[in-house]
Amino acid sequence: MNLRRTGAVTRKEMRHILRDPRSLTMALAVPVLMLLLFGLALSLDVDHIPTLIYDADRTATSRALIEQFRGSSYFQILGYPDNYKAIENAIDRNQILLGVVIPPDYSRRIESGKEADVQLLIDGSDSNTASIALGYAQGVVQLYSLDLRSQGQNRKGGLAARKSPPVDSLLRVWYNSRLESKNYVVPGLIAVILMIIGSVLTSLTIAREWEMGTMEQLLSTPLRPTELVLGKMAAYFVVGIVDLSISIGCGVLVFQVPLRGSFLLLVFTSCLFLFGTLFWGIYLSAGSKTQLEAYQMAMLSSFLPAFMLSGFVYAIESMPPVIQAVSYLVPARYFVVILKGIFLKGVGLDVLWLETLFLAGYAAVIFVLATRRLKQKIT
Amino acid sequence: MWERISEIIRKELIQSLREPRMRFMLFLPPLIQLLIFGFAVNLDLEHSKIAWMDLDNTPASRNLGAAFASSRYFEVVALPDHEEQVQNLMDHSRVQAVIRVLPGFARDIERGKTAGVQVLIDGTNSNTASLVSNYANLVVVGYAAQVQAEQQSQQLLTRSPTAPVGGSVAQVNARSRVWFNPDLRSRNYFIPGVVANIIMTVTLMLTALGIVREKEIGTMEQLMVTPIRPIELIIGKMIPFALMGLVDLVLVTVAAIVVFHIPFRGSALLLLACSMLFLMTSLGAGLFISTVSHTQQQAMMSSFFFTMPAFMLSGFTFPIRNMPPAIKAIAYVNPVYYFMEIVRGIFLKGAGLQAVWPQMIFLAVFGVAILTLSAWRFQKRLD
Repeated sequence: MNLRRTGAVTRKEMRHILRDPRSLTMALAVPVLMLLLFGLALSLDVDHIPTLIYDADRTATSRALIEQFRGSSYFQILGYPDNYKAIENAIDRNQILLGVVIPPDYSRRIESGKEADVQLLIDGSDSNTASIALGYAQGVVQLYSLDLRSQGQNRKGGLAARKSPPVDSLLRVWYNSRLESKNYVVPGLIAVILMIIGSVLTSLTIAREWEMGTMEQLLSTPLRPTELVLGKMAAYFVVGIVDLSISIGCGVLVFQVPLRGSFLLLVFTSCLFLFGTLFWGIYLSAGSKTQLEAYQMAMLSSFLPAFMLSGFVYAIESMPPVIQAVSYLVPARYFVVILKGIFLKGVGLDVLWLETLFLAGYAAVIFVLATRRLKQKIT
Repeated sequence: MWERISEIIRKELIQSLREPRMRFMLFLPPLIQLLIFGFAVNLDLEHSKIAWMDLDNTPASRNLGAAFASSRYFEVVALPDHEEQVQNLMDHSRVQAVIRVLPGFARDIERGKTAGVQVLIDGTNSNTASLVSNYANLVVVGYAAQVQAEQQSQQLLTRSPTAPVGGSVAQVNARSRVWFNPDLRSRNYFIPGVVANIIMTVTLMLTALGIVREKEIGTMEQLMVTPIRPIELIIGKMIPFALMGLVDLVLVTVAAIVVFHIPFRGSALLLLACSMLFLMTSLGAGLFISTVSHTQQQAMMSSFFFTMPAFMLSGFTFPIRNMPPAIKAIAYVNPVYYFMEIVRGIFLKGAGLQAVWPQMIFLAVFGVAILTLSAWRFQKRLD
C-alpha cells in the first residue's frame, strides 16, 4: 500500500464531491431533513382521542360516568349523539376513534346492584393508537367502577366509606422521564443518517466509474485495489463526519436531547460504525455495473435494515423470532443500542463493550471483503 | 406518432428486462421490502419483559405478583433483590420495567390505607413505555378491585353473618368492540401502507434515474437527433415504468394477502384504478426530478428529499393527528396520504367508490398538475 497514491484517490474524490455543490448540499442537508421530520412531526403519543358518547340512559348516574371521560385529557369529546347510528357513521368516516355507548338500563342495573355494561367501540385500523386508547378507556371505566362499588356497598353495609383505592401504582420512568418521543427517536436517527451517507451515497462511487468507463483509466494506473478502497472511503468519511457533527449538534442544541454519557465514546463508536457502512457501500459499488443497481442494493441492504431492524423506532422484541435473529446481523442494531445507551442512559464501555467490539469487527471484515471483490472484478 | 411512441416503449422494455439481473432488481426489492416491513413493523406489545421485586413477601404481594405473571402482556424474567441488580437490569435493557412492592404493602392494605406499587419503567422507547405503563396500571387496578371486593364482603360477613351478600355488588364493565381490525394486529394497518409506499418509491426512482442516466451517459443526444418529439419521448418512457409499477402492485398485494393474511374487503378493480391515478403523481414527480438533475447521484438525492417526507407525512406509522399544525398542513397536501387512505380503506374497510371519491379527485388533480408541469419543464430543457 502506498499512502501517496491513496491520498491522490482521496483528492480526486474530494474534487469530485466539491465540483457538484448540489449533491454536497443535499448530502449535508440529509441530517437536517431527517431530524426535522422525525423530531417535529413524529409522535406516537396518544392523547385527545376524538370520542363520541351516546348516552341512552340519560340519568345522573350515567352523567357521572361521562364526567370521568370529560375529565381525562386523553379524550376529546366531540359530541353526544342520540343514536347508535351516528357513532357508526362517524367511525366509518374517520371522524372519531372511540365511541362510548351507555345502554338504556344502565342506571337501573347499577341501582339494583347488578353489573352494568358500557360499550366501547373503537376503530382498530391503527392498532397501536387503538390499543393505547382502549387501555385508557378501560382504565377510566375500571376506576369508576371501583369507586362506585365502594360507595354503593358501604352505603348498603353501613360501613365507613373508603376514600381511596386499596392499591395504587406509582409510576416512575427512568432515562426519559417525560416519555418524549424525540428523546428516543433522535439518537437512533443518527444511525440511519450515517447509513444513508455511508452506504447509499458511497455505493454510487465505483458503480459510476464502471458506468462512465473511467474505471478503465483508473486501472491503467499503478493504483492497487486497497488504495482505491481506502482513498474513496476517506473522502466520504469526511462527509460522514460533517453529517455526524450536524446530527449531534442539532439533536443536543435544537431538540434538547440529553447527552448523559461520554462525548468521546460517542464520536469513537460513530467513527467505527461509519467505517463499516462506508466499506459496505464500496463493497456493493464494486459489484454493480450501473448506478441504479448499486442504489437498489444499497437501499435494500443498508437503509432498509437500519430503518426497520435496528430498533430505532420499531421495537425488536415485538418482532417474530426469525426476524429477531436476522436483526443480529444488522450493524445498525448494535449502534442504536450504543447511541441510546450513551445519550439517554449515560452508560459507558463497561456496558457497551460488546456492541463496540462488534462494530470494529464488522468494519474490518467488510473492508477485506470489499478489497477482495474489487480485486476479482479487475482481474 | 403512436408508432414512434411504441418504438420507445419497446426499447425501454428491452433495456429494462434484457439482463436477468435487472429483471431481478425490478421485482425482488418490492417483495423484500414488503417482507421486512411486514414482519418488522409491529408496535403491538405482548410478553413485555419485566422484573419482579417483592420486598414485602406476603400472601397479598404474591397475589399481585401472580396477577402480573399471568397477564399476557408481561413476562417476569428476573427477580432482583438489590438496588444494584435493578440498575444493572435496566442499564443493559434486559427488562422493560421493574415492579417493586415495598415493605408494608400487606399491612397498608389491611389498615385501609393505599398501598403503593412502584412501577419503574425504561422510558427510552416512549411508545413501548406508555403501553407498558398502561397495562401495568390495568393489572394493578384489577387487583385493587379484587382486594376491595374481598375486604368488603369480609366486613359485611363479620357484621351480619346472616345477610345475603353475593350478587348485590354494583359494578361497571367495559365491553369493547373493535372494528375493522378486531385482533388489533398492527400488521393489518401497516401492510396496506407498505403497498402504497412501494408503488411510489419504485416508479419514482425508475423514472428519475432512468431519464437522467440517458443524459449522463450521453444517449439522450442520440435520441434527440431522431425525429422523436419530447412529448412522445415522455409518454414512451413513462408507460413501461407505469406497467412495472402496476405489476409490482399486483405482486405486492397478492403477497400481502397470501403471506400476511391481510383482509382484502374491497374491490380489486377500484384499487387498480386508484393506483393508476396515483401513478400519475409518482411518475410526474420522477420526471420533475429528472429535469432538475444532471447526474444520477443528484437524482437519487433529490428523490430521497421527495420520498422521505412524503412517506413520513403520509400517516404510515405516525398518526397525522399528533403532528403540529404546520406539519399537518403539509401532510394534507401530500398525495401519498390520500393514496394511503384509499389503500387502507379498500383493504380493511371494504370502502367503495362512494367512500373514496374525494381522495380520487385529489389524486387526479395533483397528478395532472405535476405531470403537466414536469412535461413542460422537460420540453423546455430539450429545446
